[in-house]
Amino acid sequence: MKMTGAKMVCEALKCEGVKTVFGYPGGAIMNVYDEIYKQDYFEHILNRHEQASVHAADGYARATGKVGVAIVTSGPGFTNAVTGLATAYMDSIPLVVISGQVPLSLIGTDGFQEIDAVGISRPCTKHNFLVKSIEELPRILKEAFYIARSGRPGPVHIDIPKCITAAEGDFNYPSEVNLPTYKPHTKGNIRQIKKAVAAIKNAQKPLFYIGGGAILSNSFQEIRELVKFCKIPAVETLMARGSLRADDPMLLGMVGMHGSYAANMAMSECDLLVSLGARFDDRVTGKLEDFAVEAKIVHIDIDPSSIGKLVDVDFPIVGDLKTVLQDMLPIAKENIDSSRYQKWIKLIQKYQELHPLTYEDSDTVIKPQWVIQRVAKLLGEDVIITSDVGQHQMWTAMYYPFTSARQWINSGGLGTMGYGFPAALGVKKAFPEKIVINFTGDGSILMNMQELITASQYNIPVINIILNNNYLGMVRQWQTFFYNKRYSETDLSYGPDFVMLAQSCGGIGYNVETKEEFDKALEDAIKKNKVALINVAIDRLENVLPMVPAGGSLYNMMLEYKD
Amino acid sequence: MDERRVISVIVSNEHGVLSRISGLFAGRGYNIETLTVAPIPETNLSRFTISTKGSVKVIEQITKQLHKLIPTLKVMEYKEHDTNNIQKEMALLKFSNKEKIADIEALSKAYNGGVVNLGENVVVVMVADEPFRVKQFIKAVSIFNPLEIVRGGVVAIER
Repeated sequence: MKMTGAKMVCEALKCEGVKTVFGYPGGAIMNVYDEIYKQDYFEHILNRHEQASVHAADGYARATGKVGVAIVTSGPGFTNAVTGLATAYMDSIPLVVISGQVPLSLIGTDGFQEIDAVGISRPCTKHNFLVKSIEELPRILKEAFYIARSGRPGPVHIDIPKCITAAEGDFNYPSEVNLPTYKPHTKGNIRQIKKAVAAIKNAQKPLFYIGGGAILSNSFQEIRELVKFCKIPAVETLMARGSLRADDPMLLGMVGMHGSYAANMAMSECDLLVSLGARFDDRVTGKLEDFAVEAKIVHIDIDPSSIGKLVDVDFPIVGDLKTVLQDMLPIAKENIDSSRYQKWIKLIQKYQELHPLTYEDSDTVIKPQWVIQRVAKLLGEDVIITSDVGQHQMWTAMYYPFTSARQWINSGGLGTMGYGFPAALGVKKAFPEKIVINFTGDGSILMNMQELITASQYNIPVINIILNNNYLGMVRQWQTFFYNKRYSETDLSYGPDFVMLAQSCGGIGYNVETKEEFDKALEDAIKKNKVALINVAIDRLENVLPMVPAGGSLYNMMLEYKD
Repeated sequence: MDERRVISVIVSNEHGVLSRISGLFAGRGYNIETLTVAPIPETNLSRFTISTKGSVKVIEQITKQLHKLIPTLKVMEYKEHDTNNIQKEMALLKFSNKEKIADIEALSKAYNGGVVNLGENVVVVMVADEPFRVKQFIKAVSIFNPLEIVRGGVVAIER
């Protein structure tokens, strides 16, 4: 069938079953927007900044496991989208981001709104394409979706010159992808899997170390089954929260810089570490020389380059975590005696009792940890939580009792402030019936506050809970601990009136200073069903603790801070 | 301990593939000593031959990261004095005619080369040999005051 390149883009999105697209038009992408206007298969959400479009597509992808889609124009439209691409790349989130480009005849002439987009996106995408002819456009669109979602997922960028979206060509959307150079491994080597099970069987102090790959590969059920059968303790990374239920007796909590004491001690003292889709990030391992020194390491990962990158591995298994675990489960059940780790569990229980995760609540000022626990108590399990980046993010990861995978959505690898609110819009579009809460800070929320307009226009009622300490809190905390309280550029006392800000954009705002006010505000925000800012004045100097100072050993935790 | 390696990468010959590879080395802080690229005849593939050095861990990451690139078909890694492969490098050198041309020619012949051009004022010689031998040659002829030295990159092939 003959059609324009612009129409091909819309048809391809239809063939991929894309129901929601986020974006922002501009000169070089106008042909595509003209076709968007004419079609009614997918809904287009007009964010008010391209960065937010990509974050929204990313939130949509994380919540559903499907490929998120964003469309932007050339030049500044594209460069605004780069932070979104990098955020998705660091956390392996499947996206297809389509940008307009100046016509082929103008490429290289420094034309208006021209930038070398594929040059910029190369290091922050899984793959990218510059479309050079109308004939290759259908194939590229197909490959982009395939590459984004297969293997280790990631964002794919397609840069389409305006002359290509205008040109006419034959549209035959390929039903299959044939890329001789790209064949991701999914099945793990069965001999290696048997060896890994034997290592677990013979270990005295084994530990499961669950990473974001557990969520991406949808293998939380297999993991829950494995943990339940083996009765082996487990820790989760920031990206893996929710793979085990928070009340699972084997779960020791989060591991790493702000991990629980028990989790970090278990990590340091185990004799076998079984990594399930984790990548030994520096925020998890602390000082590498002191990391899990006694442990043999099993590393299951779909990306061979993750294995052995930072830590030497004894049992590498390349494969899709879900497939590997499906192969592993029956072998484990035949071989592993779950009663043999009792001594190890008792030791860890001592660590748990010694320094449980705790904070001192107050009657005079609201503590951020209380807010998070309160939300969980009031709203139960059926909410999806997003967050921005900083102290509030860590408190949420530590204190929210997550019970399901994809319930917790945050920018882990890149740590992008401004991520949470637009991501929440994407989540809410995917699950309109669920309550979506974005825990944010007074710094982060301002970085994409223009999305209040988007949320109002499309009636996407997400609730932003601002844990407001009038500080760029995490940086302030480091300044307190490591820079002798020189609070260089972290005092954010000069902030907006959040109530008026929300109202001016068609939303609703609340200022909260007491626990009673918080309960009322949350209840009202849910009832009003509007985009909301709940501005909670929290203890200004509350710190995220415990903490492993950057570059320190995991077992050397700062448990409290006294002035 | 840094080790020297020659890495051959077969990639599909498409837009931007050179910058994907060079960008990977630059972005991850790997070292490129020489880089040679040419299409493989009668295919839509290209072969990159890269000589590099790094610790064993870094070399392993280089090959894995290269393999991870979508257009990469195959990555082969050769050690410096492995017998399973042949490595060659070419160099062109320019000398003044006033130097001892006969001596230079005799030396270049010992290194798989010879005089390729004799001009009014200068003579150009070529050598093609294993990379470490090319280095030896360049050192040996330094007494003849070469005016210009152009080294090609390493190419390698399995036996």
